[in-house]
Order: sequence, then structure tokens, then C-alpha cells
Amino acid sequence: MDKARIRVKWKPDFWFWTTLAITLVLILFLVYPLITLFVRAFQSSTGEFTLANFEKFFTHAYYMRGLYNAMFIGVVVTVFSIIIGAPMAYLMAMYRFKGQRMLDILIIIALLSPPFIGAYSWILLLGRNGFISNMLKVVGIKLPSIYGIPGIIFVLILRFYPYVYIYMKGALQKIDASLIEAAESMGCGPVKKLFTVVLPLILPTILAAAIMVFMSAIGDFGTIMVLGEGAQVLSTMVYKEYINEVGGNSNFASAISLIMGIMTLVFLFAQNYVINKRSYTMNALKPIRKSNFSKGMGILAYAAVYAIIIISMIPHVTILVTSFLPVEGKMFRAGFSLASYQTVFSMLGRPIKNTFVYCFIAIVVIVIVSMLVAYASVRKPNALTHFINGVTMVPYILPGAVLGLTLLISFNRDPLVLIGTSTIIIIALIIRRLPYTLRSATAIMYQLSPSVDEAAISLGCGPVRTFFKVTARLMLPGVFSGAILSWVTILNELSASFMLYNSKTITMSVTVYQYVARTEFGTAAALASILTLTTIISLIIFYTMSGDREMSL
Amino acid sequence: MEIRAEHVVKIYEDAPTPTIPDLSLTIKDGELFTLLGPSGCGKTTLLRIFAGFNTLEGGEFYFDDRPMSSVPPQKRNIGMVFQNYAIFPHLNVRENVEFGLKMRKTPADEMKRRVDEILKTCKIEEYADRLPDRLSGGQQQRIALARAIVINPGVLLMDEPLSNLDAKLRIEMRTTVRELQKQVGITTVYVTHDQEEALSISDRIAVMKLGVIQQINNPMDIYLRPYNTFVASFIGFSNLFYGTVESVEGKTVKLNDDCILTIPELVDDVVAGQRVIVSMRPNEFTYAEKGLGMRVISSTFLGQNMCYKVEFIDSEALELEDENEIDEPMNYLQRRLADNEVVHIIPMADKVNVFTEDGEQSLIKGVTRNG
Ligand SMILES: Nc1ncnc2c1ncn2[C@@H]1O[C@H](COP(=O)(O)OP(=O)(O)OP(=O)(O)O)[C@@H](O)[C@H]1O
Ligand SMILES: [Mg+2]
Repeated sequence: MDKARIRVKWKPDFWFWTTLAITLVLILFLVYPLITLFVRAFQSSTGEFTLANFEKFFTHAYYMRGLYNAMFIGVVVTVFSIIIGAPMAYLMAMYRFKGQRMLDILIIIALLSPPFIGAYSWILLLGRNGFISNMLKVVGIKLPSIYGIPGIIFVLILRFYPYVYIYMKGALQKIDASLIEAAESMGCGPVKKLFTVVLPLILPTILAAAIMVFMSAIGDFGTIMVLGEGAQVLSTMVYKEYINEVGGNSNFASAISLIMGIMTLVFLFAQNYVINKRSYTMNALKPIRKSNFSKGMGILAYAAVYAIIIISMIPHVTILVTSFLPVEGKMFRAGFSLASYQTVFSMLGRPIKNTFVYCFIAIVVIVIVSMLVAYASVRKPNALTHFINGVTMVPYILPGAVLGLTLLISFNRDPLVLIGTSTIIIIALIIRRLPYTLRSATAIMYQLSPSVDEAAISLGCGPVRTFFKVTARLMLPGVFSGAILSWVTILNELSASFMLYNSKTITMSVTVYQYVARTEFGTAAALASILTLTTIISLIIFYTMSGDREMSL
Repeated sequence: MEIRAEHVVKIYEDAPTPTIPDLSLTIKDGELFTLLGPSGCGKTTLLRIFAGFNTLEGGEFYFDDRPMSSVPPQKRNIGMVFQNYAIFPHLNVRENVEFGLKMRKTPADEMKRRVDEILKTCKIEEYADRLPDRLSGGQQQRIALARAIVINPGVLLMDEPLSNLDAKLRIEMRTTVRELQKQVGITTVYVTHDQEEALSISDRIAVMKLGVIQQINNPMDIYLRPYNTFVASFIGFSNLFYGTVESVEGKTVKLNDDCILTIPELVDDVVAGQRVIVSMRPNEFTYAEKGLGMRVISSTFLGQNMCYKVEFIDSEALELEDENEIDEPMNYLQRRLADNEVVHIIPMADKVNVFTEDGEQSLIKGVTRNG
């Protein structure tokens, strides 16, 4: 090796600068706010170190109740979501079902609709003055109250069982039919087959879905604000404590957020552990052939599945119907009227415009950043890309209210005041919903052969130009499945923007909440219908454009 | 364009030893030069150094005296053909072929003329407007070839371009590649581990092992006059025997008492009594009453040949991974030898090769590493 000159020349290239820029932005808008939150939680109102905030939390029954409520709601919702979602996924994956595509879309709509719409329409139906309650009152039946913890649980189950369904159906479709056939050939009956082969293979997926449901349930904001009536959970406490503290002193709210944040981190690690250590890489060369139902079982299965989906859809139908009812004072009348929509379009142009402008900017940024990061992480991995991929996992499950609070306390004073601007809301939306698109972009990137890039480069196309001309173009279809999810969830985002909005930057979902709170149900229904319709149209566009592609969560 | 590599070193970060410790070679203008060697010997690594996708940890290489290691890959004017075709799936056939010309800002009319011409030469003009995903492997490989050649590259690099094709198409395509390369007259570096492919299309072949070039020569000389026992047994099959130089003037080598070969091409600087290795191709022998005794283990009918697995019983045959083997052309075959039958053969003295005892170097006149 005497003749060999060892050249270790490293020149920062485009990818280095790009990932560096993204890293710095993430440090500013995600890491720094999280650190601020951490520091604030240990500060008194005069800025000294103290544990008083935590002491207050853990010694007051009121706050412990909030913690207990959150956990209780989380556990019950998770268990029931699995009980409903898992068998449904199994039936849909293993058997031929009429209307499967439509059912899939409806289930995703149930998951992705604005977070409190379920709550609010169940109030319309089963609330004190609800249609159904009133009808039953005439016959002399009194239903249990939809308000409070049981109602919250009911509504959240209907909202989150789709997670279990979607995760599990995806995993079942990846099981190779030959595994099942092998089990059968060894004399394994249908029940035994389920418990000895299928369940162990998808157990990691069920656990991952369970954690997802649990985190979403304890992070939920809208449903609890609408139905809670005094029942508090952690995420609503964060908001209330922040509002209550005069002079914007938010130390106690920070402490509650920190407790939630730590819970989140624990579950994040648990989820990672489950996914990495327990999951089997499967890629069905030969997907399971769906079988036909036997007569009796078919009727039962159809009845169960359709019943659940119809119940999930009731809120959306209710909203759509009530949005066309004439309103007198705060009461609906029978008939047909566009008055609610007239109110919306004459008075609420701003939130509608804000929503679409913010969403559009956010999704464009999300798609571009995701593609750049995905490319860099797969083709040119370095410490920065590892950092980006690690840190963007946090907002994936950090409750929105907590994320909102971190931004709130970090950018409300010099040198960088962003509170009250659209910028901060757009940033919150981007950070919160980037992970979906980033994940799907990374997944597609692993499937693209590097030799296609190299072919372009050898033909005289510079590496950066190759990325934009060839690679990015080839990534798009895969990125799309994550981007649609980001888009729809941004459209319906409530909890983070709720912490950050003001009258200028208000969005549709916040407005719907305000009108619900003021019990102006007609206007709320019209606005919510517009949101839901936009969501549905987006999903339909997704399914038509992507052919058979499944939505990836 | 001539390619000259001088003391090229390649060290992968996580590899314990250099993948290419020190490699020099010259590829002549317009020739089809093949890198041949077992899997993992560094063929792709070397090719990607030429292309600019691998860094170089030492040495330098030149395209026509121009040092290239610091030129970015997109500026090297290279045509590259990949094993998995690497066709742009979102562009149709014509757009694929146009890609490189567009990068060079070729005027529209000239571009059309050149693309039409190459599409015709590669026999893909009828698919010009189709998207590539519906085309067969052979057609896709033709697109890749057209796309690489149309830009008039200084060098054409191909990494196992035919290995994803089935056997029949592979033979057909290798003629296409060969003809096209001669027609355009472009310097081509061709990587393969298929020795038959290498022998049939190359002007010259470099046989590599562990990042070191074992021999460079034209296909016939590589086959007939290998430089060491690695080349002798990697290209085709050779039976290897230990022998002793009997007489320096007489140029005789003794394999056993009944088999003393007079080898006219033996170099002069051997000494009597020196241990050597003699290699014999499976068909380079005649039957004899006395000579090397061998027992037939099994026989396989291969169409044109009868192939016998044998065990040499009274000579020092080297243990190879395979058993020893002899072939007999069917048109000379008088009867099929029975299993376990013992016969004697004499190697053809003018055909066999002689190597030093360690097998590293040929003892035949005029045979060098860089032929
Ligand atoms: N990016 C890399 N990082 C580390 N080691 C590598 C890398 N690429 C190749 N190697 C190693 O370098 C050696 C040579 O690899 P190379 O791909 O050049 O072999 P090859 O001759 O093309 O083999 P094949 O015929 O199988 O394609 C191998 O041992 C391989 O494991
Ligand atoms: Mg290779």
C-alpha cells in the first residue's frame, strides 16, 4: 500500500446542506420547544427551580382524577377497539365480502373525520334535547346520559376501532397463503389455525395498533371538550390550566404536559420495541385466497359488520341532514333550508379560507421535506438523517395539546414572537402531520433501485437534478398514500391549533367547536359537513388515483 | 478512448482488507475489454470506479491521459448499462433514449435523427412510444443499450448486462452487443462472471481474483496458455498433476514412470528435478497401453461429448473441489467406458501447460501476466 495515497476528502454536498437545514428547523420548532416545556415544568412563577408544580399535581385529587380518567378511558377504549376491529379485519381479510371497497372507505372516514363531530352528533341524537332521546321520552324510556365518561368512551371507540381494523387487515394481507396451507396440511382445523398460526404472526401488529389507540384516546381533545361536562382529562387540563393562569404563566400547564409527554415517550419506546423486536418481515408472494361464507355464518358476519359501520356513520349522516334543516333560535325545525350554509358563507369565509390556505402550504412543505429526507436517509444516511428520523417520531404520538403548548410557551416572547401568526399554526400542522408522509416516502425509497439514479447521472444529469427529474417523480405514487393521510388529518386538526389560534388565524375545525360550544348547531353542522365532504372527496380522489393501493398508516 | 489505470486502490469503509489492493491496466481504444472473475472479486467495484460511483482510495486512472478520479460522474461522458436495465419507468422508450441527449441540450432535429437511428439499430423502433414496463427483458436491455450508446460516450460500461435474461436470449443479445460495439467502435468495459460469454465476445479479457488481475490476454490465449493454475481452472476445466523436470535440454517433464512428456515450449530457466504442475484440459489426451492410470467413477453423456469423472491412480493429481474429469468427443468415441474400468492415457505434450510448484506462474515460453 506504499503507493496508495489515502484520500479522505469530505465535501459537504446538497444533501448535507438540506438535511442540516431541516435539522436546524426541527431543533428550533420541535426540540427547543420541548426543552422549554421541560424547563418551565420545574419553574415557579418567578423563574426559580421548584418541584411545586408536580407536587400540586400529585397531591390534588382533582388532577389525579384527570390522570385516572385519561388512563381509564384509554384502557377501555383500547380493549373495545380491539374487540370490534380485530374480528372485523379477520372477516374482511379471509372472506369474500360484498361492498368491501366501500366499507373500507367508510371505516377510514370514521377515523379521519373531524375529532369532535362524533361527539357533537351524538349530542344531537342522544343529548338532553336529542332527537332520539326526545322520541324515547314520549314512550317513557330514559336513556343513559351521553355526557361524561361513558359517553366519551362510546364515541372514542367508534372513532378509533378503525386503527385496529386497518393495521390488522394490512398484516393479514401480508401473510403468505402457503403458511396457512402448511398448517392445514398438518391437520390444523380452522379454530386451531387461527390461534396457533395467524394470531402469533399478527400479534405484534395488534399490539402496535393497541398502543396507537391508547395514545390517541388519552391525547384526545375535541370529544372530551364537547362531551366532558366537567369531567376532565389530562389534555383538556393542559388547555384549561393555561387559560386560567393569568399573565400567560404556564408553568403548571407545562408540568401536566411534561407528565403526558413522558407517558408518550414510554409508549413510543414500547411501540418501537414491539415493532422492531417482535415483528416478522412478511411479504406475501401468494396472498391468502378469500373463501366464501357458509350460509349461517355469512348472515351473522354481514349483520355484525354492517351494523358497526352503520353506527359509525350515523354521526356523519346526522350532521349532513341537520345542516339542511331550518333553524329557529337554537332549535331545528322540520323542512329544508340552506340558511345554515348562507350563514357559513356570509360570516365564516375567513376560517374556510384559512383552513385551505394553511392545509395547502403545510402539505406542500410536508411532501417536499419528506421526499428530501427520505432520499437522504436511504441513499446518504448520516448522523443528521438519523436525528431527523428519530425526532419526528415524537409528534407522531405526542398529544396535540402538548405540542401546541410547547410552541405557545416558546414563541410568545422575544426574540422570536410567532404567536398569533399563521406561521406558527402552519408550523404546528407540519410538525404534527409530517411523520405519515415521511414514513411512506421512506418506504417507497427503499423500493427504488439506485441504478436508476445512477443511469440518469451517467447520462449527464447531475445528482441533484436527477433527484428532481427522476427519483422524486418515481417516489410520488408511494408518497401519495402518506400525503393523503397528512392532508386529511391536517384538514381536521383541532387540538394543536386550538392552543394557537386567534380570531385572525382561526380554522374550520376550531370554528365548528366554537359553534358547538355556543349550541348554534345549524351553523356548526353546515361547517362540519363542508369539512367532512372535503375529507370524503380527498379520499375518493386518493382511491381512484391510486388504484388498488391501500392506505398506509 | 483509451483507459489507463495506475495503482488503483479501493478500500471500503467496513472491509478488513482492501477490495482492490493495487491494480494497473490499459484498455485500448475501441476494444471490448472484459473483467471476468468469481463473485466478489471486485469487478463491479472497478467498473463503478470508472463510472464515478465509487471513490478511489489511491492511484489514478485516465481517459486518454486525462486524470478522471476527481471528475463528477455526470461529466465523464460515460454510457452505462445495468444488470437490472435501470430503465426510467415513467418515460416511454423514446424519452428514455432521449434523456441523455436532452441533458446535452442537443437540438431537436439532430436528436430525432440520432434517436431514430439508434432505435432502428437496436431493433426497438416499433416500441418507441410504449412505456417500458410492458416490454420483455431483452427489449428492455436493448433500450438500455440504445440509451447508453446514443450519447456517443467515450466509454461504454456494462455490468453483467445479460445475466437477467434466459439462456437463449443471452446468446442472441451477446451477438447484438458485440456487433453494435464493433459498429460504433466504442471502448467498452464489460463485466461478467460467465466465462463462455467472456470468451465469445471479448477482444481481451482480464481475469481477476480478490481484486488482483491474474492475467490479461485475448480469449484464445487465455484459454490455451493460462498464466497460472487459477486461470487454468477458472476458465474451462483443467486436470492438474504434480510432475518433475527430468531434463532441461530435452525439455522433459515426468508425471510417473510411464509418462514422461517432451514439452517443446517449456522455458529454459528450469532446473532438473524441479517440482512443477502440469495442467491438462479434459480433452487433451490420447489413450495408451501405458501412461497415467485412471479409474472411471461415473460417466455422463453430454451430447457432443462423453464426460467421465475419473480418479488418477498412479500419478500425483491435485485435489480440486471437483473431481478430475476427461471428455471424449462423440465422433471419436469407440465405446463407452464402464464405471470402475481402469484405462491409461498420455496428455498431449504440445497442448498441456506447465506451472511452478505453487501454481502462481506459467513455465511456458512467452506466457506473461500482461499478454
Ligand atoms: N458498498 C460496499 N461496502 C463494503 N463492501 C463492499 C461494497 N460493495 C462491494 N463490497 C465488497 O467488495 C468486494 C467486491 O465486490 P464487487 O461487487 O466488486 O464484486 P463482483 O466481482 O462484482 O462480484 P459479483 O460477480 O458477485 O457481482 C466484495 O467482497 C463485496 O462484499
Ligand atoms: Mg458485480
